[in-house]
Amino acid sequence: MDINEIIKPENLVYKKTPILKDNILHYCPGCSHGVVHKIIAEVIEEMNIQEKTIGVSPVGCSVFAYNYLDIDWQQAAHGRAPALATAIKRLMPEKYVFTYQGDGDLASIGTAEIMHACNRGENIVVIFINNAIYGMTGGQMAPTTLLGQVTATTPYGRKAELNGYPLKITELIAQLEGTCYVTRQSVQNPASVRKAKKAIRKAFENSQMHKGTSFVEIVGTCNSGWKIPPVQANKWMEENMFPFYPLGDMKDR
Amino acid sequence: MKEEIIIAGFGGQGVLSMGKILAYSGIMQDQEVAWMPSYGPEMRGGTCNVSVILSDKKISSPILSKFDTAIILNQQSLDKFEDRVKPGGLLIYDPNGITRHPKRTDITVCKIAAVDEAAKLGNAKAYNMIVLGAYLAKKPIVSMDNVVAGLKKSLPPRHHKLIPMNEQAIEAGKVAVEVINAL
Amino acid sequence: MAEKILMKGNEAIAYGAIDCGCDGYFGYPITPQSEVMETLMKVQPWETTGMVVLQAESETSSINMVYGGACCGKKVMTSSSSPGISLMCEGISYIAGAELPCVVVNVMRGGPGLGTIQPSQGDYFQTIKGGGHGDYKCIVLAPASAQDMYDFVDLAFELAFKYRNPAMILGDGVIGQMMEKVELREPKPRRTEAEIRALCDSWATIGCEGRHGNTITSLSLDPVTQENFNIHLQKKYDTIQENEVRYATYRTEDAEHLIVAFGCMSRIGEAVVDLAREQGIKLGLFRPITLFPFPKKEIDALVPQLKSIISLELNAGQMVEDIRLIVNGRIPVNFYGRQGGMIPDPEEILEAFLKTIK
Repeated sequence: MDINEIIKPENLVYKKTPILKDNILHYCPGCSHGVVHKIIAEVIEEMNIQEKTIGVSPVGCSVFAYNYLDIDWQQAAHGRAPALATAIKRLMPEKYVFTYQGDGDLASIGTAEIMHACNRGENIVVIFINNAIYGMTGGQMAPTTLLGQVTATTPYGRKAELNGYPLKITELIAQLEGTCYVTRQSVQNPASVRKAKKAIRKAFENSQMHKGTSFVEIVGTCNSGWKIPPVQANKWMEENMFPFYPLGDMKDR
Repeated sequence: MKEEIIIAGFGGQGVLSMGKILAYSGIMQDQEVAWMPSYGPEMRGGTCNVSVILSDKKISSPILSKFDTAIILNQQSLDKFEDRVKPGGLLIYDPNGITRHPKRTDITVCKIAAVDEAAKLGNAKAYNMIVLGAYLAKKPIVSMDNVVAGLKKSLPPRHHKLIPMNEQAIEAGKVAVEVINAL
Repeated sequence: MAEKILMKGNEAIAYGAIDCGCDGYFGYPITPQSEVMETLMKVQPWETTGMVVLQAESETSSINMVYGGACCGKKVMTSSSSPGISLMCEGISYIAGAELPCVVVNVMRGGPGLGTIQPSQGDYFQTIKGGGHGDYKCIVLAPASAQDMYDFVDLAFELAFKYRNPAMILGDGVIGQMMEKVELREPKPRRTEAEIRALCDSWATIGCEGRHGNTITSLSLDPVTQENFNIHLQKKYDTIQENEVRYATYRTEDAEHLIVAFGCMSRIGEAVVDLAREQGIKLGLFRPITLFPFPKKEIDALVPQLKSIISLELNAGQMVEDIRLIVNGRIPVNFYGRQGGMIPDPEEILEAFLKTIK
């Protein structure tokens, strides 16, 4: 078929949402961030809330999330995104406000901020990417790093007596009265992407219904940090991460 | 006119609120005022004091080393502030619980048995207003009208019904004050 | 005439915030400034002006809530005392680096460490010389009365928005805890959404209606971009230095000696001037109201008529370094201060001053 034939509008079967900018992603090939960015952008487009959405990016690999989604963005200090989001939503209740945070940002340095924002029941959406490692700084141990997992700061594997235990922060968050929807998803295949997108859409819808905080964890891969090629990384995640971080809704009310 | 006062005693005796009513009375007669408390954990049951300045002119330093008047409601405060009354000044104290009485002869010393007077009135909460009355008897720097106006300002409206009782306590204090050392 | 109300400096901050159309206050309790949030919670301005008031889980969170609100073009503020401000310094650096307007109030207490809850001016260096990381400056106003506390909230917001820069009100335990009469202004309404959009749409994150998304960040990985940005910031600070100096003087016309003091110490200093004048010594007082921008030219202009300067501070000698830079060895610049929550009275200062001119 001729190229001009292929690109005819009537032959269009899939189109990138214009909310996703044309900037080239800085993420490593195989990284989960790009997929999650895309589904957030699609949800924003489908809900027609581009002009009403404000994102808060963290410190970590996704610090540059603002380069990829054409909405208003604030870039927070490490761990503080929920504090920023609290103020934005309280000052402009009609807006859709979400934070996008990694495991180091949310579950280590920012533990106080996420716990208290969720406990106050701020009407925001939290997207939590858990890949069990610090990607941006070069593969150090994260609070969610599994026991035995090798990282730059646990070169002989994470040991409980030295490093403590992997933190199931999402389970803790689900206990808080202020949260209305807490779920753990993944994006390693088309079926899981569809489910994750549904969860994110639900979270955004919740935020205008004054039900409290919606918290969506995405268990993802960091093949660079894990030092495993992308396909094996997905397999490693399914075999090692999912048993410890089981997928599914923890709370939905 | 400029009057620099220290009011000192235990937390709970109404030291700070007495100072506040005095300061508000000053405002009612268009004076400049400053109310500077000791603050912190000592407010909760320990010694507590507040300096109050009423002046016809702008007040510079709110921090004072000497006072025109010291209103003293416990021993610790008497020990601390007796020497800091300006010569020719006034010291009023409640003798309740005092074992070492004021010794100065170059100042006017008065006592007000405010605990006893409050018991007579059957109202322990009137204590600080009795002391205020004793002070106003010796130094009528603010008129009773302005004190009442000051009370209205410093008390929440729901407590305005207590103002007549406060006036009564002030009058009782005026009568009960006793001069120990006259100049 | 407007009503005059007896209130603490801390309460005046709260009323100043409500009356200047502040959109949000985020804070965490700490002595000696807790009355700021206590007053706001009691008055409940969200019922009247719509102002948001929130008790955060920490000072760290408070300042980051301020960051979030400032990004939205809102008039947002926080208050704390010295140890809490230390925690906020990271956030203040981000706010300066992202060029956002906000107001931070520091009711200083003695340090270092947990220190004391009594008054101090020990945070001059922290406030003026940085505090957080990187080359940034805050606009700094030093109140000396409860009325200043009330008035400076409005002024601080005005300057913060004029230069898109954090503005600090540097008070102390004396000014925060002291009650004085305060004349309240006619309240300003909060800005409407349309006004905010008209004023801040080029940079604020208020929803990208009819435009592409705005991003507020203080991050720039490219050193050339970062250096150019820093040069831009320094130029802004030069403009502030040129235009926004504020100060007051007391009996300086014929002064041969000069006290320089800010905040509560300027009040005590005025009493010292009067005591010295009674002894025939021509002493005057210079009170910097803005600590950044520091009144460099204005102090410099007085030097030819002076035999000495004494800096009075509730610290070990901080502002005196800036005065010495201005005087540059022409006349002696002396220092007298107390620390740890001790406050000198006028007689004590006079004695110390007299020793310096013997």
